[in-house]
Amino acid sequence: MDITFNNVSYIYQENSPFAHKAIEDLTFHIPSGSFVAVIGHTGSGKSTLIQHLNGLAMPTRGEVTIGDFHLKAKEKPKNMRELRSKVGVVFQYPEHQLFEETVAKDIAFGPENFGVEKAVIEERISEIIPAVGLSKEILERSPFDLSGGQMRRVAIAGVMAVQPEVLVLDEPTAGLDPRGQKEMLEMFYELHKKQGLTTVLVTHSMEDALKYADQVIILNQGKKYMEGNPVHVFTQKDALHKVQLDVPESVAFLSKFEARFKKSLPFRGQTVDEMAEDILRVVQGGGIDE
Amino acid sequence: MNNALIIGQYVPGNSLVHKLDPRTKITLIFFFVFIVFLANNVLSYSILTLFALVSMVISRVPIRFIMKGLTPIWFLIVFTFILHIIVTKEGSVWLEIYSFQIYSGGVFQGIAISLRFFLLILVTSLLTLTTTPIEITDAIEDMLHPLKKVKFPVHELALMMSISLRFIPTLMQETDKISKAQASRGVDFRTGSIKDRAKAVVPLLIPLFVSAFKRAEELAMAMEARGYNGGEGRTKLRELKINARDIAVYLLFIAVIAGLLLTRGY
Repeated sequence: MDITFNNVSYIYQENSPFAHKAIEDLTFHIPSGSFVAVIGHTGSGKSTLIQHLNGLAMPTRGEVTIGDFHLKAKEKPKNMRELRSKVGVVFQYPEHQLFEETVAKDIAFGPENFGVEKAVIEERISEIIPAVGLSKEILERSPFDLSGGQMRRVAIAGVMAVQPEVLVLDEPTAGLDPRGQKEMLEMFYELHKKQGLTTVLVTHSMEDALKYADQVIILNQGKKYMEGNPVHVFTQKDALHKVQLDVPESVAFLSKFEARFKKSLPFRGQTVDEMAEDILRVVQGGGIDE
Repeated sequence: MNNALIIGQYVPGNSLVHKLDPRTKITLIFFFVFIVFLANNVLSYSILTLFALVSMVISRVPIRFIMKGLTPIWFLIVFTFILHIIVTKEGSVWLEIYSFQIYSGGVFQGIAISLRFFLLILVTSLLTLTTTPIEITDAIEDMLHPLKKVKFPVHELALMMSISLRFIPTLMQETDKISKAQASRGVDFRTGSIKDRAKAVVPLLIPLFVSAFKRAEELAMAMEARGYNGGEGRTKLRELKINARDIAVYLLFIAVIAGLLLTRGY
């Protein structure tokens, strides 16, 4: 589903002395099927943006369009349930939302709410369990007996079992060890490709954004600061530094290499291996293949 | 999430009311609650109202904060007033609508009782608006100190109070977060029958309890790690001190009581 923000502003407690602009005049477009990374510091409006994607927050001004759904300022939302079944949100620390007696029941909770039939839910559960990297044995266990990483996977399975078309991820790797982080993102990327999802990933990690995203949106104090494809955005070191963001490690490495060896080796979105080959070629005096 | 109840909502300030010893404030309010019931004529009520309003003005707490705190009980005030007008049949008939009479006594009673309510809430919310929760618990711990002689766990009680006050905002945030997560999973908290809505609370309450217990455990561990082992031998960073200011306020309050007793009709 296409997602469009049209001059969206959101103000907390408007018309009170505590009024606070969380996002201001945001306009962007996310084409269906793309993987978008939203980057920004704490308080930049990322969480508020996410809440607009499934109608948890309604724009104070402007309009949000998600597929056929329109969220407009001062308009009572219709088909909210349908929208929420189409947009799956994995919040930060999603394991906090587990509550059922068994893992199977917890995963079934979402689809049940959206009126999916029992037999279909069973089927979906048996599909989603291996996809999130869990084994079937845990289905009858209590979610509270699992390890933190497993709990998170169960919670994600609960969101995926609704079979959303848009997947929103709010720092899904927070609090995991480096290996768990990598596995988690690989898993989401798999799901993204396999199910043709439109994915919105909120992250602090430039490396992850560079690796997975087709489009990057950088927020600063509620406003859109930069937007574009990752290579384009992440090569603008000065602009990023201005809002206390860093370029990804690989980009930083290449620019250091250029300074040290006084040779030109721009970042074009190479993987680490490709970069090694490029460096070898440049050091040996050759040019780089365009 | 909701700011309707201001109990515990401290408004920082530097006024005389803020600077008073919390024990002074609690004592005064304790007695004020009693003397409100002594007033029985216009003059004695004016003395009390004057006292309450002057304290409010001196505290320099913005009026809208106080009014916001009163919102939940406006209904009660208005309700008592109307009830008195309808039920009390004393004095002369003032107004007659069809066969229904409004008596002067009813109006007076109504005003008096509503005013009592208003004054009580005003003064008590003034306490919480000008005193940090920590000051209040410190004061309560200090005032209950004599009970230690009969093995009453005063320190533990005060600690429990300050911990629960400290975690109110945290729990509110947590509630907000979890209810949003469950709403995204299709829980509808707003519509449906009462039974449905009661059911919808379960996925909210269980995670909330789980995280509260976890938090409690972590807090206990952190406190032990920092050497906490009960109140025995603990000293305070900020000692409470009664000074000239407090004594002056006590004297003023005694004057108010005296004035009240003098103007009170028998």
